[in-house]
Amino acid sequence: MLTGAQVALESLIREGVDTIFGYPGGANLWLYRYLPDYPALHHVLVRHEQGGAHAADGYARSKRGSVGVVFATSGPGALNLVTGLATAYMDSVPVVAITGQVPSTAIGTDSFQESDVIGSTMSVVKHSYLITRAEDIAPTIKEAFHIARTGRPGPVLIDFPKDLQAAVTAFNYPDAPVRRRSYPAPPRPDPAKLRHIAELIKGAKRPVILAGRGVLIARAEEELAELAHQAHIPVGWTLLGTGAFPVTDPLALQMVGFMGAGYTNKAVCEADVLIMVGMRCDDRVTTRLDSFAPRVEHLVHIDIDPAEIGKNVIPHVSVVADAKVALRELNLLVEPKREHQWLTQVDQWKEEHPVRFTTHTGLLQPQQVLEAMYARCEDEAIVLADVGQNQIWAALWFNYSKPGLFLNSGGTGTMGYAFPASMGAKLANPGKTVFCVTGEGGFVMNMQEMATMVENNIDVNVIILNNSSLGMVRQFQDDFYDGVRSAVDLTFTPDFVKLGDAFGMKAMSTDRLEDVGRLLDEAMAHKGPVLLNFNIDPNANVYPIVPLGMGMLDFVEAS
Amino acid sequence: MTQSRLLSVLVDNKPGVLQRVASMIRRRGFNIDSLSVGPTDDDTISRMTITVHVGRQQAEQATKQLAKLIDVITIDDITGLRNVAHELVLIRMQAPPGERTELLNLVGIFRGRIVDVAASSVIIEVTGSAEKIDNFIELMRPYGIKELARSGVVALVRGDQARIRLMDFAIDGDEPQTEPARLQGVAGDTTGTV
Repeated sequence: MLTGAQVALESLIREGVDTIFGYPGGANLWLYRYLPDYPALHHVLVRHEQGGAHAADGYARSKRGSVGVVFATSGPGALNLVTGLATAYMDSVPVVAITGQVPSTAIGTDSFQESDVIGSTMSVVKHSYLITRAEDIAPTIKEAFHIARTGRPGPVLIDFPKDLQAAVTAFNYPDAPVRRRSYPAPPRPDPAKLRHIAELIKGAKRPVILAGRGVLIARAEEELAELAHQAHIPVGWTLLGTGAFPVTDPLALQMVGFMGAGYTNKAVCEADVLIMVGMRCDDRVTTRLDSFAPRVEHLVHIDIDPAEIGKNVIPHVSVVADAKVALRELNLLVEPKREHQWLTQVDQWKEEHPVRFTTHTGLLQPQQVLEAMYARCEDEAIVLADVGQNQIWAALWFNYSKPGLFLNSGGTGTMGYAFPASMGAKLANPGKTVFCVTGEGGFVMNMQEMATMVENNIDVNVIILNNSSLGMVRQFQDDFYDGVRSAVDLTFTPDFVKLGDAFGMKAMSTDRLEDVGRLLDEAMAHKGPVLLNFNIDPNANVYPIVPLGMGMLDFVEAS
Repeated sequence: MTQSRLLSVLVDNKPGVLQRVASMIRRRGFNIDSLSVGPTDDDTISRMTITVHVGRQQAEQATKQLAKLIDVITIDDITGLRNVAHELVLIRMQAPPGERTELLNLVGIFRGRIVDVAASSVIIEVTGSAEKIDNFIELMRPYGIKELARSGVVALVRGDQARIRLMDFAIDGDEPQTEPARLQGVAGDTTGTV
């Protein structure tokens, strides 16, 4: 017989968990009482629950197939997870959050640190459970992990009352695979539809593929490459699909949409057959909806989530299936072909609209920092980006050739995501160099995790692209809100070298291009976390960009 | 163009399911006209009958989003199918002894029942389509409605019509379900039509 807390910890081990990010409090103390008895579970004490949720997210994203785990106590502890859960939910990241709850007998009495966590998180989790009986603990955890990692993955929350953590019960971990009539496995792709798509590809004069994060989740990048190479189809991607197709491939386009490459947008707008795989087609992809792929004759959408089919863009042919299975079976039907004229046209657009930046101010440009980073690690580093200009720069100025190397909060756009998530990424991938690219605004939103980084000596290179302002907002205000700069000045930001010093974290700063390489070399040679502050051109902007309310072809490029 | 759509949803009979369903419909920006929930012959399953006022594409999106909820077993858009969609209404009418005969006649025409009689009021029960209930209420209005409670629509499809199945999923490793699900029901049941 074991206590409920022990049953939960045993269950986590059965699910292959090795790392937990968490924060103790009154309602989860029984879990923490027994945690030291399970050395197989490495607990990382974060300094804020939001950091824990993002760290679990970064862990799961960077180690495909794994599930990130975060612990929090009841009330404020659990509520601090909400943003992190929402981030994981929008980007389909498998995370299991176990929150302490007041004793089941006290639920509903407004007792100390009680909150309705199930209700508060309902719209930002894939599913949630309130444990009501000790014998349910093991089956619930098993089902929670199954739901988090299968189908379209997502976060699952388990609310675990304190009395049930202490209750004594038998431990029987269910052997049988989870089967729930209301949660069936994803369907097999419809062979007739795949044959139809193969015919469309055969007849296409101007085919284009767009790949989203679904390709990465399904680990379908090889199948995607095979399809592209077999039929010589140019491939673009969404922000979250970055890495699904090698940037260096001759058939590679670039990111699509609002801040995508001009040549990708041109190719999408000219395409007669557009094949979208594992993507949501949100407003950042389509820009103004009626400008998206206006010449397309056959729009194909492959996604595991039927609710994504026709949500924003109505396809002519849709396949609801796992991207890997669908592409593998499609590849058996696709005949080799090559539309020379189309590929020549696409190459011409690539020459006409290169992704470029200007350096005429003489000040350090963010792209120069990213180029120097890339030169030092090529395709071997994991790059996490925060939200804002740094996110788009990192997406466009690092040549991701391998899958799963670029992580960011694409859907929710959570500032403060990258720094704690990079802890998770490094702990999940101890052998890989990890860069956290962030701005001075987003970094301070979760900078308390510096203590966690230093305590656990997590070897992350934090790159702050510091433009003393909320750069993306500033750029929008300059260009779309009458040029009125309002509440974007971040001149009052800490001295990051002194801040690093205060936390015991190695920190360096420069505003000179000639120092960039030396600082990066020093940071990468250092075993442990390093903070590099680069004071960049405060007026550096993200280009290309489609002005708000405009269409895909209205992109503005760097002058 | 929006219209009333009738969704018949089977859900796991678990705490919080109603909130999940209602919250999903609200979050996606749809309005619920009516929602009723109750047990089925299987005590692990409840049936929700939901009327939403939306366009066709929105309705498809609403049903797909609902189907994603882990507790939702099946969801059928039965709008436009031949179905029995009934509501129950209880109306407390002002009914001094002298005016009761006229009321009773109307109740008889609508195949209603008097379920409570007091000195100056009666409670009338009528079941049938929402339209029939609306008509009955309009007829009752001049006599002085004191209180009124409607149940919301519950519905089943008539006969052996194939349902519009939005989610025909295969269970692990099984072949996809190709046969449309069959419904129980008695063909030609016309109870309640006026």
